[in-house]
Amino acid sequence: MTDLALPAAETAARTAAPTVAGRPRRRTLAYLQAAPLALVFLAFLVVPLVLTGIVSLWEYNEYEIIPALTLQNYADVFDGCLSADLCTTLRTYLSTVKFVALTLAITLPLGFAIAYFLAFYIRSGTVRMGLFLLCTIPFWTSNVIRMISWIPLLGRNGLVNDTLRALGLIRAPIEGLLYSDFAVVLAFVHLDTVFMIVPIFNSLARIDRRLIEAARDCGASGAQILWTVILPLAKPGIAIGTIFVTTLVMGDFVTVGVMGGQQIASVGKVIQVQMAYLQFPAAAANAMVLLAAVLLMILGLTRMIDLRREL
Amino acid sequence: MDRPRGLAFYLLAGVFALYVLFLYGPTLTILALSFQGPSGGLTFPMNGVSTHWFAKLWEGVGVVDIWAALRRSLALGLVVMALTVTIAFYAGLAFRKGFRGAGLVFALAVSSLIVPSIVVSLGIGLEFRLLDDAIKALAAATGWGFLEDHGTLMGLYTSALGAHLTWTLPFGLLIMFAVFNRFDPAYEEAARDLGASGPQTLRHVVVPILAPALVGVALFGFTLSFDELARTSQAIGGRNTLPLELQGLTTTVTTPEIYALGTMTTAVSALVIGTALGLTLWLQKRRARRAMAGLR
Repeated sequence: MTDLALPAAETAARTAAPTVAGRPRRRTLAYLQAAPLALVFLAFLVVPLVLTGIVSLWEYNEYEIIPALTLQNYADVFDGCLSADLCTTLRTYLSTVKFVALTLAITLPLGFAIAYFLAFYIRSGTVRMGLFLLCTIPFWTSNVIRMISWIPLLGRNGLVNDTLRALGLIRAPIEGLLYSDFAVVLAFVHLDTVFMIVPIFNSLARIDRRLIEAARDCGASGAQILWTVILPLAKPGIAIGTIFVTTLVMGDFVTVGVMGGQQIASVGKVIQVQMAYLQFPAAAANAMVLLAAVLLMILGLTRMIDLRREL
Repeated sequence: MDRPRGLAFYLLAGVFALYVLFLYGPTLTILALSFQGPSGGLTFPMNGVSTHWFAKLWEGVGVVDIWAALRRSLALGLVVMALTVTIAFYAGLAFRKGFRGAGLVFALAVSSLIVPSIVVSLGIGLEFRLLDDAIKALAAATGWGFLEDHGTLMGLYTSALGAHLTWTLPFGLLIMFAVFNRFDPAYEEAARDLGASGPQTLRHVVVPILAPALVGVALFGFTLSFDELARTSQAIGGRNTLPLELQGLTTTVTTPEIYALGTMTTAVSALVIGTALGLTLWLQKRRARRAMAGLR
């Protein structure tokens, strides 16, 4: 997976090369300064992922894991997938992908609208900073707590149902507000929209305003400016935000559990349960499949952009 | 876009206002419900206003020692914060100079964000289990006494710390990139021309100029760590952090005590962030004052 951002890697190496060659002492210093970061990622990202890959090929029984090669764990993951009706794994992934799609369908336009508002309509830097702060304060509350606080709002006798009943709009409380797909998507939108706003805002803020003026001088309408000038220039931010939201939703196991009333399956939850039963090789195999799925989904997006140039 | 504010402005302002309302809804709900009267339940209406549930919380929640968990989360958050600022700052410096393998390290940082948290967590958990097994095997093979009562290497300041760093460091590094991209090297050159050594330039020129951004990285590091759940879940030993305890409590606690807990954790975050923001403002003011004094 390290070759994901290699286009960025190559350009970085090329631009860095001349200065590096000239000053050997500074180069040594740079290595020392980058070493802690590299070591942390080596010890807590690279080695764990390699070990996960290895353990996913090991055998296990109720008591221990046995270092002997087998593909059984992967066979178990996809057990029954070749038959006519969908296997559990495929169903789980479909359900997770559905949540990704629904969450993206809401967070993308919403995040874009808010970023657009902040970037183009708020003129004072201080006000903009204040509005950003306003968006981040709720994140000081623990995610878990913020999820359960939907219960008094959405529950059978929650605020929403009570209000609707008092207004005479419904007679019986709506049942599907809590512990349903709706609740899960609502929580995802609630937790993840900010990951869409920030990168898109970053892209929008860097757009040269003269381009927009030029477009207007040439007779473009507001919609045309948005579609042909702003949107293409905002693409990197949109891509980064999409990657963030996709990863967060794909790997989630808490939100789906709490908001789905522990009734909806998710890949992350499957892994968590297997870990709890000490079925490490099975969990590892599931983790590798999840990793592959996520990487496939975002490969196209990372190809499109040079992340480092966007900062 | 210096045009008169038209319909689009009010539409977008409306969207923004609704979004903020949506964001704050749950937070305000639990804030209100945590002051629920003693006979009140998990939902509205409020049965009077009291601090009953905070008092209950003070006595402890069931079998779980929530205060110990809070202390652990705070301590870990502060350690993660300090390490994130330090490591990200130096890495930022290194990336600015450029070094062979810079692209690879950057790719690692981005991967660290992209790889789903549960996968990272499981990997770290496996890594430490295998290390434990290796140590036990070594103890059995060599008969070295000091290895024999080895428990586990997994813990708050080993596996959990590492798990948190894989989450906070990429953000820290990205912020440092953004900061250094906007940093004028003329300041450093001026310092060097005036005879400052490398460390002197760092200490008296670079760090003071970047101080607000560094505080930002610190805040980010603390908040991300204090709230972190997914990466910690499989990579923690026997003693849970606060978010993990909270997750367990969601299924067992059926009183507004859990809202009181939520209000309290929010207050802790607010306290830490408020202190940091205050510190930044004070630093900026002091610097402005000194600059003024220098001019006179």
